[in-house]
Amino acid sequence: MTSLLTYTFKNLPNTSKWALRFCMRPLSSSSQVQAAAGTTKSKKTLAKPNIRNIVVVDGVRTPFLLSGTSYKDLMPHDLARAALSGLLHRTSVPKDVVDYIIFGTVIQEVKTSNVAREAALGAGFSDKTPAHTVTMACISSNQAMTTAVGLIASGQCDVVVAGGVELMSDIPIRHSRKMRKMMLDLNKAKTLAQRLSVISKFRLNFLSPELPAVSEFSTSETMGHSADRLAAAFAISREEQDEYALRSHSLAKRAQDEGLLSDVVPFKVPGRDTVTQDNGIRPSSLDQMAKLKPAFIKPYGTVTAANSSFLTDGASAVLIMAEEKALAMGYKPKAYLRDFMYVSQDPKDQLLLGPTYATPKVLEKAGLTMNDIDAFEFHEAFSGQILANLKAMDSDWFAQNYMGRKAKVGLPPLEKFNNWGGSLSLGHPFGATGCRLVMAAANRLRKEGGQYGLVAACAAGGQGHAMIVEAYPK
Amino acid sequence: MVASRAIGSLSRFTASRTLRCSGYICRSFTRASALLTRTHINYGVKGDVAVIRINSPNSKVNTLSQELHSEFMEVMNEVWSSSQIRSAVLISTKPGCFIAGADLNMLNACTTSQEVTQISQEAQKMFEKLEKSTKPVVAAINGSCLGGGLELAISCQYRIATKDKKTVLGSPEVLLGILPGAGATQRLPKMVGIPAAFDMMLTGRSIRADRAKKMGLVDQLVEPLGPGVKPPEERTIEYLEEVAITFAKGLADKKITPKRDKGLVEKMTSYALSIPFVRQQIYKKVEEKVQKQTKGLYPAPLKIIDVVKTGIEQGSNAGYLSESQRFGELAMTKESKALMGLYRGQTQCKKNKFGAPQKEVKQLAVLGAGLMGAGIAQVSVDKGLQTILKDTTLPALGRGQQQVFKGLNDKVKKKTLTSFERDAMFSNLIGQLDYRGFEKADMVIEAVFEDLSLKHRVLKETEAVIPDHCVFASNTSALPIGEIATVSKRPEKVIGMHYFSPVDKMQLLEIITTEKTSKDTTASAVDVGLRQGKVIIVVKDGPGFYTTRCLTPMMSEVIRILQEGVGPKKLDSLTTSFGFPVGAATLVDEVGVDVAKHVAENLGKEFGERFAGGSLEMLQQMISKGFLGRKSGKGFYIYQEGVKNKNLNSDMDSILASLKMPSQPDVSSDEDIQYRLVTRFVNEAILCLQEGVLATPTEGDIGAVFGLGFPPCLGGPFHFVDLYGAQKIVDRLRKYEAVYGKQFTPCQLLVDHANNPNKKFYQ
Repeated sequence: MTSLLTYTFKNLPNTSKWALRFCMRPLSSSSQVQAAAGTTKSKKTLAKPNIRNIVVVDGVRTPFLLSGTSYKDLMPHDLARAALSGLLHRTSVPKDVVDYIIFGTVIQEVKTSNVAREAALGAGFSDKTPAHTVTMACISSNQAMTTAVGLIASGQCDVVVAGGVELMSDIPIRHSRKMRKMMLDLNKAKTLAQRLSVISKFRLNFLSPELPAVSEFSTSETMGHSADRLAAAFAISREEQDEYALRSHSLAKRAQDEGLLSDVVPFKVPGRDTVTQDNGIRPSSLDQMAKLKPAFIKPYGTVTAANSSFLTDGASAVLIMAEEKALAMGYKPKAYLRDFMYVSQDPKDQLLLGPTYATPKVLEKAGLTMNDIDAFEFHEAFSGQILANLKAMDSDWFAQNYMGRKAKVGLPPLEKFNNWGGSLSLGHPFGATGCRLVMAAANRLRKEGGQYGLVAACAAGGQGHAMIVEAYPK
Repeated sequence: MVASRAIGSLSRFTASRTLRCSGYICRSFTRASALLTRTHINYGVKGDVAVIRINSPNSKVNTLSQELHSEFMEVMNEVWSSSQIRSAVLISTKPGCFIAGADLNMLNACTTSQEVTQISQEAQKMFEKLEKSTKPVVAAINGSCLGGGLELAISCQYRIATKDKKTVLGSPEVLLGILPGAGATQRLPKMVGIPAAFDMMLTGRSIRADRAKKMGLVDQLVEPLGPGVKPPEERTIEYLEEVAITFAKGLADKKITPKRDKGLVEKMTSYALSIPFVRQQIYKKVEEKVQKQTKGLYPAPLKIIDVVKTGIEQGSNAGYLSESQRFGELAMTKESKALMGLYRGQTQCKKNKFGAPQKEVKQLAVLGAGLMGAGIAQVSVDKGLQTILKDTTLPALGRGQQQVFKGLNDKVKKKTLTSFERDAMFSNLIGQLDYRGFEKADMVIEAVFEDLSLKHRVLKETEAVIPDHCVFASNTSALPIGEIATVSKRPEKVIGMHYFSPVDKMQLLEIITTEKTSKDTTASAVDVGLRQGKVIIVVKDGPGFYTTRCLTPMMSEVIRILQEGVGPKKLDSLTTSFGFPVGAATLVDEVGVDVAKHVAENLGKEFGERFAGGSLEMLQQMISKGFLGRKSGKGFYIYQEGVKNKNLNSDMDSILASLKMPSQPDVSSDEDIQYRLVTRFVNEAILCLQEGVLATPTEGDIGAVFGLGFPPCLGGPFHFVDLYGAQKIVDRLRKYEAVYGKQFTPCQLLVDHANNPNKKFYQ
């Protein structure tokens, strides 16, 4: 038993890398503050003939907390329940109107593998409302939302709740395969002799536990390692990465202080205080950050704990409706969900370049250009990943040689980019980040007065996602 | 088929390895060394770090030539004398190659061992100076770092290597019959320990970067990069340089020490090795092992042990002196010339002389999922070729699929593949029982049972479904391709591809063209073979082609010798001590007695008395008793699963006794027995060249060594004649001819060579 424990402890630090492995970052940025001004934009709307308009009525999230802090004794469905209750409270939507519930999650708690259903029941939704859980690494809740879009657009549903949850404070650590096999055999053994013969096969190494994969299954490379190589491939220095991380933390701090993070709902944790805000926002100084040692490629790599997103607990949920339904129910929606795109590419060398591939495609599909976008919300897995994506989007060479495009899509203007912080500072609960990005884009468009937001994210497996969010006319 | 799995053991030692180290390419630099504008090296200074970049012009690889050597010396002198420079980085800007070894032409140009010793001593001096440099030098290694390249790298103060599949470090000199002549015999034992150093130098194996890091051969690893804003290879080299510069600075500032922490096991090992008695035991053990494996036929390994020993026991001065002298001696040996010749031959047989095919084969189909068919499929799918494997019954197909999976999975166990890569490769294989999808096949290789009417049926069935451009290749060891092609509607698309078993281990592929085979069909077959990683010889069609035809008269002599009362064990030991990797009697068992008889009968009919010798009755009796060799568990020996030492099959005694013939005392000494076997082989090989079955002696040598296990130390039949003298061989043949008759009559080409000592197969 002791050996089991020590082993576990030895391995636990690994879990920190975990965070880095799933990258889900939707990017949502927005811009707009400055654009401001009123240049009256008479942009077209992206409504399509014969297809229902789909709107986000509103969305909420629990505060995102560093793993191992106030949420550490909860189970994932507790967090998901908090997000659902918060959404009910925020929107006052009658529970029986909801046709369907979809949640995204990455590391599944074995007891609640369909966490959407368990959370919905616990949150008091009708037991007649079906629910399912999706997983697509860091874009799981993006997948939950686009699944909802599909259900509504095809006329199957009118009202869908989509969300996501991740609780990295607790992860399923399993017995080794050998141990599991022995336990299962033991179950089948009928007689004492049979049982003894099974037990006699026991070896001490059966006790070494199995952690959820830290590395990409196909390449055996951890995400942080891949990010470090990606940054090196694009010749991004440690200083640039630290500066970007500092920007993210500073902007998040400001947004928090100014009360812009309106999607956050307080959560009374049983047995603890009420949590009201994200606790990972920690603007530091470049000097302090420069002192950290590389976390993955030692001793000369550039990705450190300070310029990576951290392991986070949190949940989010949004209420998605057909526009006519929302209006009939008297809602004033926040945004339309428009074209979206999933992409995938080489999981080894381009693991985190999803946004680069997805952005030009979704813009083309929507008939927009980079200039039309007022708010960019991109998922920040690592500073190096964001900066690499920016460089790739700004490179004709990359577009021509790897994306089969004639020219680059161009650089998103930084003043419209992740203006309220991002996953680096706000935190990144893998399964929940997608909804945060969409709400950040929607809220920024309302606040800053723009029309289009672009959400983009990379995900483990070399996948990526982008979606156009259009502000609902006031 | 004839060259069966037995021959695979060739690859255990010696030349087959040589040939695998793709790096060594011999280049001759004819240009006079330009002193002012350096051609191989340029250098720049970044801050206080000199970055020395190697890139030999007009070549895929960098080799340590005299020119590069002197340019490097010049540059180092400038580095040492410049007050602005505090450290240096040594890097190659050639993708995939740091330095692939010494320039072999430089060695070949030497006519005396003194000259070679001189070259060695110059290199030793330069590397010693480098080793003692007060300004730290970091070797930044991307790609092959072999032989002299490794010796250079280990003379530097620090080594950083990319963790790329192409980055390999090693001392392959032994495979060329020489030893590392520029200090490695002295430095390697200190750096990686005596046992690991022996392993490297005696096997010549290439070590991947991650393994090298664990051994202490390199100090840091750099991961290869993916695409950024320039091509990955280019950026990876740049990145390697950037990282190396930071380490060079760190070393100059004494922030980094080149010493590494040794693990407990390593510390204990090095403690044990500090005891003279332990060291003596190790030398003894290694020597014994080498003796056993080389049978004393290869001088280089023993000299390597001797030189290492001298250095450790008598100090480095004695060690360096011994290294350079032994190096000089070895370079002049016949074994070394033979092995270097094989190396050059292998390089040639890795090229497609027929040019690129009009249409690259993307979809391959293999008919027959037996040992050969599945083997062919395996070496295709693991190179990314889409392959259909077709058989007629589900169990046969399943067995074949399992063979492919096992072949790939064994690599996973050896950690040369990940399970994910295995799965991806295995998905290139489609197993089926019908001809679905053949309409998209670019090439069909049939590996069905060796039966002409069956091959005809399969050819007709296939031609009914394949597209016009599709090549039909027949894998057969003896059936003439022309005869198979008689039923073809498009004989220009029919070709022979003779693989050797086990396909994934044996490097040789013998491609057989008929008079009707088109050049593009040949180009296509060679292209596929090269992609499968094969060394290729292209020969003309005829009974037994080249390889089977050479082997058969030797086999006939084997039976004769057995009939004369030499036991299988004795015969095996005579052949292996001559340098064959597998004993002659064992070879019959491995090939399969039935196959051997089938071939011997067919070729015997074609070639008549030249293939005479032993009585086929012996094989016939063995077959009737079910002694088919390894596959049936009994042949000359008894084979049991899991039993390593095989015992003689005592039931053979009666067969041998019944066919016993009197031995001829004049030609039955051990040496005579060996030469009776070898001269028949060599004579037939030269006849193949004379008749035009072979296009070049090189292909003859490569085919004999890689396909049939001809002793690598002799360099193949043609090298053998060149190095040992045609006259001596003709004399031997005449002597045996007098006793046995026409099967020993030397062919005209051999006689010509004997009559004119200036005539050589290799000029």
